[in-house]
Amino acid sequence: MSSDPAGVRASIRKYVMIGAALLMFTVITVAVNAVHLAVPLAITVALIIAIMKGSMVAAVFMHLSNEKKWIYGALLLTIGGFLVLLFVPLFTLMDTTGTHVPAIGGGAPPPGH
Amino acid sequence: MNIPYTVEERPDSGLANGKLGIWLFLASEVMLFGALFSTYIILRTGATEWPHGELSVPLGAINTVILISSSVTMVMAWASLKMHDWGKQRLYLILTFVLAGIFLVNKYFEYSDHLTRGEGPAHSTFLAIYFTLTGLHGLHIVGGMIVMAYLLGPGAKLWKHNPDQFTNRIEYTGLYWHFVDLVWIFLFPILYLL
Repeated sequence: MSSDPAGVRASIRKYVMIGAALLMFTVITVAVNAVHLAVPLAITVALIIAIMKGSMVAAVFMHLSNEKKWIYGALLLTIGGFLVLLFVPLFTLMDTTGTHVPAIGGGAPPPGH
Repeated sequence: MNIPYTVEERPDSGLANGKLGIWLFLASEVMLFGALFSTYIILRTGATEWPHGELSVPLGAINTVILISSSVTMVMAWASLKMHDWGKQRLYLILTFVLAGIFLVNKYFEYSDHLTRGEGPAHSTFLAIYFTLTGLHGLHIVGGMIVMAYLLGPGAKLWKHNPDQFTNRIEYTGLYWHFVDLVWIFLFPILYLL
């Protein structure tokens, strides 16, 4: 991120352009929704556009395109934690504790089942 | 005793303390919203049917436009300070504050429309996660407005005796505000469109 007045003055046009692009992508998101795509495709398209918009906000408005390595380090940890949180549902699906698994050859279930 | 590294950068990290602090705070915010997004996924994938078209897409889209515009005015407030233009900074910060207020007014109309029809959080799983996510996001908007009001009011005095520190405070407020905008960019499609 440029902090000197001349560099900041040069960045103003970029901020306005990114703002306009974000508004355009919002219109596209609503327009795509009006087309009534199949649900999986609609989710994919909406999330791709949201990720693009989010990346623009983070890179330009939050100046992440040019930051110090400590900030990137903190963000990497955050992304790791965020992915764990998103995949917690998978862990619950894989949890088979307390589920009866029949013996090979069709053995009788253990007592109490 | 003065707090060190409020303006100058630390020799080890190359960052002022406030900058690293606000990013660590935003990291914790990602975890908070991440947990709720994860909850949304569990509820949505486990539901036999999911309502579609219960929310007003035009109102949601207008609020998206409002928040994106407020992000532009916020970054312009910071840029104005960097160019030593105090007047423009005030104007852009007031604009950001007003846009945040309009966002909340829209949200009030949306909420009251649901609640007058008896559609509170207990009405359905969808409305439960809708009110939780947007309510928490709304609280973040209120939090941002409180900080902006402070910087427009009593906090503005700092500019006179330490302009660099005041500029940093505007930058950190901006980072928080862009994060609030970023969260809404994801909330809008998953709640209003999908």
